[in-house]
Amino acid sequence: MLGSVRRSEHMLAGLALVAGLAQPVAADAPRRVVSINLCTDQLAMMMAAPGQLVSVSNLAADPYSSAMAKEAEAYPVNHGLAEEVFLMRPDLVLAGRYTAKATVDLLERLGVPVVTLEPARSLSEIPDHIRIVGGAIGREAEAEALVARFEADLAALSVPEDQVLPLAALYYANGYSLGSNSLAGQVLEAAGYRNAAAEAGLAGGGNLPLEVLIMAMPDLVVRGTPYPGRSRSEDILTHPALDALGQGVAAPDLSDNDWICGTPQVIHALRGLVDTRKALEKAGS
Amino acid sequence: MTRCYSLILMALFAAVLVLFAGSLLVGPAAIGLGDSLAALFRGEGEMVTLVMREVRLPRAILGVLVGVALGLSGAAMQGLLRNPLAEPGLIGTSASAALGAVLALQTGLAAAFALALPLAALLGALISVLLILALAGPRGAIQTLILAGIGISALASALTSLVLNLSPNPFAASEIMFWMMGSLADRSMLHVGLAAPFILGGMLMMTRAWRGLDALTLGEDAAASMGVDLMRLRLWVVFATAAMVGAATAVAGAIGFVGLVVPHLLRRAVGASPARLLPASALGGAAVVLAADIVVRVIAPDRDLKLGVLTALVGSPFFLHLILRRRKDIA
Amino acid sequence: MSPVLQLSSLSVRRGECPVVDRADLSVAAGEFVGLLGPNGAGKTTLMRAILGLLPSSGENSLRALRPEARARHAAFLPQEREIAWPMPAEDVVALGRMPHPAATPAQNRAAIERAIAEMGLEGLRHRPATELSGGEKARVLIARALAQEAPVLLADEPTAGLDPAAQISVMEVFAAHARAGGTVIASLHDLGLAARHCTRLVLMARGRIVADGAPRDVLSPENLAEVFHLRAHVDWRDEGPIFQPLSVIGR
Repeated sequence: MLGSVRRSEHMLAGLALVAGLAQPVAADAPRRVVSINLCTDQLAMMMAAPGQLVSVSNLAADPYSSAMAKEAEAYPVNHGLAEEVFLMRPDLVLAGRYTAKATVDLLERLGVPVVTLEPARSLSEIPDHIRIVGGAIGREAEAEALVARFEADLAALSVPEDQVLPLAALYYANGYSLGSNSLAGQVLEAAGYRNAAAEAGLAGGGNLPLEVLIMAMPDLVVRGTPYPGRSRSEDILTHPALDALGQGVAAPDLSDNDWICGTPQVIHALRGLVDTRKALEKAGS
Repeated sequence: MTRCYSLILMALFAAVLVLFAGSLLVGPAAIGLGDSLAALFRGEGEMVTLVMREVRLPRAILGVLVGVALGLSGAAMQGLLRNPLAEPGLIGTSASAALGAVLALQTGLAAAFALALPLAALLGALISVLLILALAGPRGAIQTLILAGIGISALASALTSLVLNLSPNPFAASEIMFWMMGSLADRSMLHVGLAAPFILGGMLMMTRAWRGLDALTLGEDAAASMGVDLMRLRLWVVFATAAMVGAATAVAGAIGFVGLVVPHLLRRAVGASPARLLPASALGGAAVVLAADIVVRVIAPDRDLKLGVLTALVGSPFFLHLILRRRKDIA
Repeated sequence: MSPVLQLSSLSVRRGECPVVDRADLSVAAGEFVGLLGPNGAGKTTLMRAILGLLPSSGENSLRALRPEARARHAAFLPQEREIAWPMPAEDVVALGRMPHPAATPAQNRAAIERAIAEMGLEGLRHRPATELSGGEKARVLIARALAQEAPVLLADEPTAGLDPAAQISVMEVFAAHARAGGTVIASLHDLGLAARHCTRLVLMARGRIVADGAPRDVLSPENLAEVFHLRAHVDWRDEGPIFQPLSVIGR
């Protein structure tokens, strides 16, 4: 019995990963879902029935990483360790593609069905991700409602085509930035900016040297939120040369956790960026 | 000899100047020579000026300061212990300075009071030098010195890793490499301002120690009988080393082997006298660190290759060579 | 003639135990004093105390001087012939000028050249001192002490580890230095060398000076038996004494 469920879940996960559109066919929705990945945590919290979600990862409760830290307080947290997860007796585990492979392998060996989600690299993947998680936990209706609201919000924020776009860059610890082939890069472009990192030749994520960033003269630099406790990696975010850039407007009201994961939460980031762009245009005109 | 010595100093100074200029001209933003100089000196071109004055200039200045600190303190510690293997990296001074700096950063002390960062690193370096003197004795017998250095380095590195692992900041934990290997990437004038007073102060203190270190060539009794106050000499050298290595490590991490290789290469050329070796090693150290910092930017522009990786790759064969030559002392 | 070094009741204690016990000594210019005594008699300790390298009680004419002034008054040649770095021999000799910061370069040069000439180092002056033989090193280090141009030269076992010819030339250099008006105090184990070259011998035993005077008086059969437990044959000839230990007297 368990074996057959496991096999079907596997197939489902595989289909979901390949097609991104698969609908679950299981008659019985899982009753004890444990999520061990920050992004599946948030999607599951948005859609799960009361009592269905047993535990979320510790990152979900960390306000620096999670956009839903407050909601996560209602759940016991796990640390993604196979033993503690197994002892929660889950009938479904939600994991990320980059969750420790050893943990996922061990859970599967112990007979626990695991659904793994790829990290979102574009806005268009977000509805798929919502449907995958919603389907896996048997909450298709909630998933469709979430998708509909997300797509409506996205359409409302779309940028007129004929505009002159300001130049912006995302800048994080160690000079890390993101090009077009990333969720944050796509949010930036959807908000009506040209991405300085993309123009400097960065496709996905990677190092954007400070001097290259300066020479690009961006109108806006969106900096990572520093974590508590100092690190040398984050020193670059307070570099005096960076302070001299993009002084035109106040920094947008958004935090890193809004767009780490491909969830409807990115609308918040998108809205903040759009508002800032309008302020920039006003200041410029 | 004296003429030859001034020639060596002038050649080293010229090398530092050339490498300093080179350091200013190397970078990922392709800026032409003329534009760079116009921006640097006359402030022409807003963004180029920002790059030249706020990104590349502090990096080049720190290269000089850190190199001077490492070369000078290496030569001075060798003179004090009369042992060519005494080097801030090998005897655990840099690792201890890094521990002090990490503690200041992670306890929030450095945020409350900016000078706490170099001061804490200085304190870490000071404790380790005093420990080395206590463990290896004033003559610094080779095996005790190296073994004591291994012990102190291991302890300081372990504690540094522990502090970083316990930090609430996820980036801090990934910075163990920076503290162990050092880098000048993305340092700003703020860091220059933190390190410069300590390194310059250390240099001034060292000038008071030159003659005494020379006399120490003939042993402690001979030096004392020539009027050298040994206690004061030790204090000067120890404090100057702690200040320079502490400040350099606080802003650039631990960069090993510079203080070993530079004096080793220059010793015979300057006639082996510590008093002559000190200024030459200061210039040589600056040249080596600047050159290493140029090389890391040229061979791996987008990787932030650590300086200490390069200096260790070049330096450890020298170290092994020195060990081999002194094997009879160890046996 | 007024003494260049005057000690009275000088004592050095290590804990409760006196290592040098109430030493009285007065040395004048032109003397070459051999400091004799078995191992542990306190010879090195006495010399280091004279130089102020050890705390001592009693009177010591050098103690009143500040370190640099003392260095201009007394030079020291430690027993270990330590040269840590491969400096050219000439530069090692030049270290002796350290206590003379007020001297002109010409004065320094002259003192260095005199010391080099006196020790016959012309041919070695550019050689790294660490690569010289034991005897050559000893000569370089003596030249360094001479370049210090101090009236008093204290040397701790300057002949130890040297071949016979080198030992004799060291003794001759010191004797010549004394004849020229300098003062040398050297601790020695070779009683024959001491008897032949020194103008005066000081014999120490268990921290005390037990005999002080002309070689003939100090190397008496009684002193040899009591202090060194030796029976020796001494032939006091015109060309200098010949001293030969014969046997150990049972303790």
